[in-house]
Amino acid sequence: MDADLLTEPDDKIELKGSGIIAAIKASGIEFVLSVPDIVTSGGLLRPIARDPELKLIRVCKEDECIGIASGLSYCDKRALTLIQYTGFLDSINAIRGIAVEYGQPICMMIGLLGHDPYTTPRNSPRYGVRIIEPILDAMGIPHHLVNEEADVAKIRPAIEDAYANSHPVALLIGRRPSAS
Amino acid sequence: MMKRDKCFRVLARHVTDEVVVSTYSSAVDWLNLGERTLNYFSVGAMGLDSSHALGLALGRPNKRIICLQGDGSLLMNLGCLVTIAAAAPRNLVHIVVQNGTYEANGGHPIPNTEVEFAAMARAAGYAHVHEFSELANFEQQAAHVLKQEGPVFATLHVERTKPLTYDYPNLYDPARRKALKAALQSS
Repeated sequence: MDADLLTEPDDKIELKGSGIIAAIKASGIEFVLSVPDIVTSGGLLRPIARDPELKLIRVCKEDECIGIASGLSYCDKRALTLIQYTGFLDSINAIRGIAVEYGQPICMMIGLLGHDPYTTPRNSPRYGVRIIEPILDAMGIPHHLVNEEADVAKIRPAIEDAYANSHPVALLIGRRPSAS
Repeated sequence: MMKRDKCFRVLARHVTDEVVVSTYSSAVDWLNLGERTLNYFSVGAMGLDSSHALGLALGRPNKRIICLQGDGSLLMNLGCLVTIAAAAPRNLVHIVVQNGTYEANGGHPIPNTEVEFAAMARAAGYAHVHEFSELANFEQQAAHVLKQEGPVFATLHVERTKPLTYDYPNLYDPARRKALKAALQSS
């Protein structure tokens, strides 16, 4: 079995990838734009790549997703940017300009690599994760933590609101979704 | 060597209902040729014009999308060549205007003014790749380039121009975005 298909050792809580993907589809998402992220690789990206109902566009660098999603939004097509938090940090200028200043409905699902799912992102052992929510707050971008099954219900309303009111949103994936 | 504004005049003769994505100097010269609802200027920065164009091309596969990108912009987003070639939109024409400078930011040279973007696009997997240095040749081929099945890539080798005036509030006017969106969603 590939390493990305394993859940974190010692993690007793399962976050099912299938539930997240169902919520993505229920949100009207047609395109998934992605650079692989080990947190979401096995539970989300692999099944999305096989799913005929979703069009996966593999990009070279995460900021491309922001431009592509913007272009799609002008055509009334919904897209989800599926990336790692490092890619989010690398794309800050694109998000600043396109998503925030131009008010585009850029929906990001961000894997928190190295995070301890039994604590909050602000208290994460990983510095890069600890700064994500404060940065989102500073940019005025709504964000939601998807850390356990009950959190999956946040996905559809968050995406619906982003498109209804033309603003970005960030969905933070706090633990590695399972491939079931 | 050609002049960018003259190249764009040639292009404009063939552009009808295509969406034209451009930024910085290319946006200024393109807008000088006239207002069009189907102009797309709000691309942010850092070479993402080509990525916006890809999104438009995927979202409206029956509409031609033309991206007018500067060489400095493409250098900031070189990976887009691979992404676009892999996505393979048949309706995308990606034109790079090569003058060897970051013209909108002081006219400083790009790191290697001899870089061969057409070779990169060919290696990335674009369906058709062109390179033009003579206006007469471009005039002869422009209609063909714009109608080919994409993704199409073309480098236009142009001279540096005198400093332009960049009216960013006008280029990035929210009313332009609103009008473009309405036009795309109603057509």
